[in-house]
Amino acid sequence: MKFSTFCKAALACALLALPGTAHAFDPGSTECIAPANPGGGWDFTCRQVGKTLQDLGLISGTMQVTNLTGGSGGVAYAEVTGKRNKDNNLIVAASSATSTRLAQGAFPGANMDQVRWIASVGADYGVIAVSKNSPISTLPELFDKIKADPGSIAFAGGSAVGGWDHLKVLIAARKAGFKDVRKVKYVAFEGGGEAITQLLAGSVQAFSGDASEAKGFVDSGDIKVLAVLAPERMPGDFAKFPTAREQGIDAIGANWRGFYGPGGMSDEAYKFWEESIAKLYNSPEWKKVMETNGLAPLDLQGAKFEAFVKDSITDIQGLSREIGLIK
Amino acid sequence: MDTLHALGDGFLVALSFQNLALAALGCFLGTIIGALPGLGPSNGVAILIPLAFSLGLPATPALILLTSVYYGAMYGGRISSILINIPGDEPAMMTCLDGYPMAQAGKAGEALAISGIASFVGAFFATWGLVFLAPQLVKVALLFGPAEYFALFALAFATIGGVAARNQIKAAFATGIGLLIAMVGVDLQTGVARFSFNNIHLYDGIDFLVAIVGLFALSEVFVFLEHRAGGGVDATKVPLGRSMPSAKMLGHVTPAVTRGTIVGFLAGVLPGAGASLGSFLAYMLEKKVSGRKGTFGAGDPRGVAAPEAGNNAAAGGALVPMLALGVPGSGTTAVLLSLLLALNITPGPLLFQKHPDVVWGLIAALFIANIMLLALNLPLVKIFVRVLQVPSRYLMPTVAMVSFVGIYGISGSSFDLLVMVGFGIMGWLFRKMDIPLVPVILGVLLGKLMETNLRRELTISDGNWGALLDSPLSIAIWTCAILGFVLPLFIGRFIRPAAVNNEALDSD
Repeated sequence: MKFSTFCKAALACALLALPGTAHAFDPGSTECIAPANPGGGWDFTCRQVGKTLQDLGLISGTMQVTNLTGGSGGVAYAEVTGKRNKDNNLIVAASSATSTRLAQGAFPGANMDQVRWIASVGADYGVIAVSKNSPISTLPELFDKIKADPGSIAFAGGSAVGGWDHLKVLIAARKAGFKDVRKVKYVAFEGGGEAITQLLAGSVQAFSGDASEAKGFVDSGDIKVLAVLAPERMPGDFAKFPTAREQGIDAIGANWRGFYGPGGMSDEAYKFWEESIAKLYNSPEWKKVMETNGLAPLDLQGAKFEAFVKDSITDIQGLSREIGLIK
Repeated sequence: MDTLHALGDGFLVALSFQNLALAALGCFLGTIIGALPGLGPSNGVAILIPLAFSLGLPATPALILLTSVYYGAMYGGRISSILINIPGDEPAMMTCLDGYPMAQAGKAGEALAISGIASFVGAFFATWGLVFLAPQLVKVALLFGPAEYFALFALAFATIGGVAARNQIKAAFATGIGLLIAMVGVDLQTGVARFSFNNIHLYDGIDFLVAIVGLFALSEVFVFLEHRAGGGVDATKVPLGRSMPSAKMLGHVTPAVTRGTIVGFLAGVLPGAGASLGSFLAYMLEKKVSGRKGTFGAGDPRGVAAPEAGNNAAAGGALVPMLALGVPGSGTTAVLLSLLLALNITPGPLLFQKHPDVVWGLIAALFIANIMLLALNLPLVKIFVRVLQVPSRYLMPTVAMVSFVGIYGISGSSFDLLVMVGFGIMGWLFRKMDIPLVPVILGVLLGKLMETNLRRELTISDGNWGALLDSPLSIAIWTCAILGFVLPLFIGRFIRPAAVNNEALDSD
């Protein structure tokens, strides 16, 4: 094939001349699949990364963004593993939602080893909050109340039962010493905004969501953040809120954003994407995008990122089994 | 008068040449997007977001462009409803009921003009409502918990029987089918997929846009094909009639417009309700109040005016929770919200204080867009009605093509196209059996929300059904539903209670 000769030639050049400066792989027209409608989180990831990669000169030309909707990302996953398995120019936007679905077997016949996990571009850490009038002011207090009377507290979140907003509550509950996490009540709403509205309306007593969703209401003082589910205090406005870890509940819930590529992607191409996204991540341009969009640092590429996804899938499987979502 | 002052500043922002041009472009594109079946306001806005990005527009102009598209699409949806009985987007569905019969009777121009004016009035007062009442209205939204939403959807379902005047059992059957379709996909409250048959494409459920386009647009094409194949003749030419309604007729529809505006605006303000519910309730209320002679469904101009005022007022109303709380009240505002986030504007209670230029510029742009739309739409009535003169053999293939391109363009999924064809066949069969199509869509659209809210309330209350009647507001809504819509059917005539019973059982 023409392409592999080109690769070999390029590889030979790189080996002979200056290792590290020349790429063994130079993509032609690149493409990013956003497994959801325009306007959503995955779409945003594709478009922002595509634009920044182009601005930084890491890819030539514009990255084409394709919206491939369906099955909460499952349709795109099937398309990539089935029809586009050898495509070196393709990356696909992914997030915690992707690993959650993979863990719960919601993509029939799919597992994480069918694709190559490239890198993360940031994370949105979870928060647990109550309304400003609530008598509760720390996370352990909240969980003590649930232990004493499980019916008294209902959590609201923007994802389905078994989805990420729910799992964050369960991760925290497990670390807080719950034997049976199913006792913790969770009510699913269409999106974090609606969940917060119901918290303000008094229909529910606590909220589980991402820091970016809560930001507007934190600024206005309508809600009280009990804990941030991050390894350490977040930068900026959220710095004043303690982490769960500080309060003795060692729970971390990061809604990460990143990319996977086709399983049959060549090693050269994989290395190209890994390095390009690492460069993107370290650029001031991307730092600005992260800041404006409430993304916190999560700097993982290649094997490290793959291990991270694997761990998170194992965790989610354990939890999902506990709540009876999978057998 | 701070508000008016701020609004004045907003007009200064909006009245720049660039922003006016963007508003005009948005209005024009929006009208077309709204009129094309398969493309509604939310998809139209979503598709144009990349355009706003690639033009490198700052926040305010980008928002002006996209909200003009939003208002334009709400206007445009009615055009295809009236002319070819195919709703251009989901809230325009109710406009078919009387708009199409009017067009058949040679009053297409009047129907278009009345609906255009009703749209204007609805959107105009809703925008004023947004200006003065947003902070207060947010409190109304906070009165609605799951129990109250459930009551509201129950009220809507109690009125469905009235949609199809002829045969209640068929309406109930159609509603049941709609509810069944709404069940498909992941159940939010358990995280388990229902009726998806392990098919990944059904995991997220069936998009009601696919259902609408299939049921209305494709079935129309199939009906046409059938008549052609049978050697039937082309439909007789419909007279175009006048393009401006008389002053008398405008006076006649004014109360309908007023009621439609109020109902629609309130439905829009509630984040869990939306424009479809707004136009539906506006229509049903109008029918209840002034439709005793049975003219509704047969081309009553009030049946066109009320839902159009309703859905455009709801479009304005939906901006209240979006701007004041950062909570989308409809699919379109959800897309607008993600645009705000991408532009580094955090929506939420402080938006008015932190970004007054954005908010007031946007509101001023809404007024401008609204006037532009009226100015754009009334003269165009004469051109739009010519669609009626296009022979079906050209019109129908165009409808089919637009439907396929529209649906594929949004999801990129060929599976959706198959589902759409399936719905087309179903719609064709239902037409043959004289089963109304509107209740199917209402079942899909409202059934899911009704179920979700019931289950939420029961989770919160630990399974105590009494919690459904725990607040004065929910009791009031239930009283309305029972006194206004269910009891009359028993007391007034004894012919139809059976159908109502069936429906009540079906909607459980």
